[in-house]
Amino acid sequence: MELKGKIRNFIEENMTIYDDEAVFADDDNIFELGFVDSMFALKLVTFIEREFAIQVANDDLVLDNFSTVDNITNFINSKVA
Amino acid sequence: MNISLTVEQEQIIQDVRAFVEEEVRPFATHFEEQQALPKDLIQKMAARGYLGATFPKKYGGLELDPITYGLFTEEIGKGDSNTRGLITVHVSLAGECILKWGTREQVEYWIPQMVQGKKIGAFALTEPDVGTDAKSVQTTYVKDGSNYIINGRKKWISFGDIADFFVLIASNEGKVTAFIVERERKGLNTSPIPGLLAGKASHIAEIELNNVVVPEANILGRLGAGFTYVVNTALDHGRYSIAWSGVSLAQAALEAMVSYSRQRSQFGKKLRTYQFIQGMIADAVTKTHAARSLCLRAGELRKNGDPEAIIETSLAKYYASKIAMDITIDAVQVHGGNGCYNKYPVERYFREAKILEIIEGTSQVQQEIIAGYGIKKYYTRRES
Repeated sequence: MELKGKIRNFIEENMTIYDDEAVFADDDNIFELGFVDSMFALKLVTFIEREFAIQVANDDLVLDNFSTVDNITNFINSKVA
Repeated sequence: MNISLTVEQEQIIQDVRAFVEEEVRPFATHFEEQQALPKDLIQKMAARGYLGATFPKKYGGLELDPITYGLFTEEIGKGDSNTRGLITVHVSLAGECILKWGTREQVEYWIPQMVQGKKIGAFALTEPDVGTDAKSVQTTYVKDGSNYIINGRKKWISFGDIADFFVLIASNEGKVTAFIVERERKGLNTSPIPGLLAGKASHIAEIELNNVVVPEANILGRLGAGFTYVVNTALDHGRYSIAWSGVSLAQAALEAMVSYSRQRSQFGKKLRTYQFIQGMIADAVTKTHAARSLCLRAGELRKNGDPEAIIETSLAKYYASKIAMDITIDAVQVHGGNGCYNKYPVERYFREAKILEIIEGTSQVQQEIIAGYGIKKYYTRRES
């Protein structure tokens, strides 16, 4: 599966809203939409570290890095490059 | 679940068991009476590497994997909750946060000193008016040149009265940030909180911060990332430790209950022969085994870096703290009047168990988290 698809799947599986019709675009801020909570953020970090064998560290803690599918994709690409 | 420990891991568990039997368990009531853990006990723990139980070996730690750390926590918790509390706070809350989100300089400065017991860490989140709603902390920080000025009050901070530094959470217009704040900073004062139900030797304190100046280099993580990343990391590690603490109290109470029921006679028969007593023992055995299984599953997932570890840790913490309360209540009941007397350890277990249902996220918060997970995970889209 392509990178964006993996990220989107992970977000959809872990969204903290329960509306079957909830949709979000790749550039939507999933935190501002209220689709995920703060515990998700830590889970996302764990997912990224395990799935892509990278370490998310102090310098990476820019909130925008994890706010949209596009930003997460860009972040992972920058780390594995 | 098959727990296969290496020879080295098995040795560590045997060593900590012997240490607890020699240095901790016989003195647990004394620690409470003194309302303090002896300094020499803390130094003995440091000398054995216990204050760096999970920290990397390159910093002097034991580098225990999550499962071995859980078993290690269980051994200490069976002896004394206050001593176990030091490990929870120093290693799981303060230490793990620094290891995960600290700069290289912060890690290399603090972690070796924490291992050696030269610096004791505490985690300062809760406030007089802010508990579960941790994102709403009222302690403030403002930027002043290259420094930050912190003002506010923290309450119920375990080991706050002896800690050398605090991972302290403050807010600026909703931007929550974690700072490493050293005790010697001007304007920082701590005072012990007396009159506690439990944790009497955990040096629980209130902290006052009046214009405490810290340099930018003391930010842990990034500005504004304090709640989402630092607090959640701390609480996740803390919950794992508390889950095993629940198992430790449950196991200790079960052993006390069984032993008493085999020694005590009423109406000419041992207590263990009565069916109502057997019912309590059966429930205690089953619940203790179930809680340990949840902890081991969470530990295995943590070991593998699995994202599901976070929710499984919540499940383990919720269940283990709940059954620790159930079993310690029953252990007191089996002991009758003796169970209400501090010459019998079940009296202490009973009080300590209540704390586990409150700290690192109350049972009610865990229920909300677990319910949310269940509502998502176990939804099937069948028409009927």
